[in-house]
Amino acid sequence: MSEAGTHLAIAQARSGSGAAVGAAASLETQIRAILATVPDPELPVLSVVDLGIVHRVDVDEDGIRVAILPTFIGCPALDVIRASIASALAGLGRPVRVETTFEVPWTSDRISAAGLRALAAVGIAPPADPGATRCPFCASSGEVVMDSAFGPTQCRSLFYCRACRQPFEALKSV
Amino acid sequence: MTPTPVPTPTPASATGLPVDALDALLRSMADDEFVIGFSDSEWTGIAPILEEDIAMSSLSQDELGHAAALYGLLAELLGGDADADALAYDREPDQYRHARLLDHGRGDWAMTIARRYLYETADAVRLAALTGGSWAPLTGLVGKMVREERYHAMHIGAWLERLAAARGEPRDRLETALAAVAPDAATVFAALEGEADLVQAGILAAPMAELAERWQAAISPTLSRLGLRIPSSTAASASRGRTDHGEPFAWLWSEFTMVRRSDPGAAW
Repeated sequence: MSEAGTHLAIAQARSGSGAAVGAAASLETQIRAILATVPDPELPVLSVVDLGIVHRVDVDEDGIRVAILPTFIGCPALDVIRASIASALAGLGRPVRVETTFEVPWTSDRISAAGLRALAAVGIAPPADPGATRCPFCASSGEVVMDSAFGPTQCRSLFYCRACRQPFEALKSV
Repeated sequence: MTPTPVPTPTPASATGLPVDALDALLRSMADDEFVIGFSDSEWTGIAPILEEDIAMSSLSQDELGHAAALYGLLAELLGGDADADALAYDREPDQYRHARLLDHGRGDWAMTIARRYLYETADAVRLAALTGGSWAPLTGLVGKMVREERYHAMHIGAWLERLAAARGEPRDRLETALAAVAPDAATVFAALEGEADLVQAGILAAPMAELAERWQAAISPTLSRLGLRIPSSTAASASRGRTDHGEPFAWLWSEFTMVRRSDPGAAW
């Protein structure tokens, strides 16, 4: 945060007429770097960037605007996500507005490769069609059965692996 | 990445949108999702098995989320001091415009599955008719809803098959439930005031009566394979398809507005 503050001070000092565009671009890079440290409240092994919900970052004279894509329309974590993003960016010293949009749908293939690895490490299978889901523990696919399409959060389903006798969750493929 | 400005909503009156017809459409969809979401959330804690408790709660959460987003869109369309919460909670029971299919009370598990099967399949046809429409705010939301509803259809379809194949009491209860709700099933497609304007504006692909026929054609193969009654594409209560809600809804309304009415104007 303090480093971000320093960068911003430099950017602002530079922002004579010609440098303004470059400063905005570097501020955007900084914002994205900070967002990469904001965890998703329901899947805290993922940042909001790894989860793929950051749709757009805009910087102008009114401040910073971040548009996020809800993973599910009624996701109850949205308020927490908005608040965490606003608080993480507060150190940049500009007004922050976080808005949600359905301009494009969030889809489960927006999760980054690093995000998928982090999920597998905590026993959550990556999104796949229910028939193609693999056990995150033993990688079996043939002996995996879906217990229920609906799990502990809107974005997860419940599975059971008959090969290693382990129940597990998988992200819904949407 | 080049920053793109977030578009500011244009006032509806300035865009030539068929505002009244859109109001009727959004209100009917939001009320449908709100009422079925609220009804089925009554299973939280008392569903037949734990997985189903979770599933029905999650389904309901999805529907209430859709309702909130649709009320939000309606509030933006209406402008002024219109507000999603006020639209959801501050109307009198006779001002809600959900389909009469959803006015049969929670009932038993078979009733819940029968009603939801008929509703989910009808909703899928309605959403398909709104996909790719000309009004971007609705099209974006519909694109997202369709992805979630796919899981609902899969789940409820599996339950329909399970109850139908079970024979004995489960099947009897399913048949009784279908007989009770099927005559009202096509009320999801009750004609909307000004729907011709929606079709004209490229927002809705076809009039409701045509969608009702598409829906009937879509569910007939499954129902006939299972030897179950195929509902008519014309509702028995067509003339009052989204009005005159009766006693079960009066009770539900008193439940879902109870907290709001206990302290009007409070911020939650």
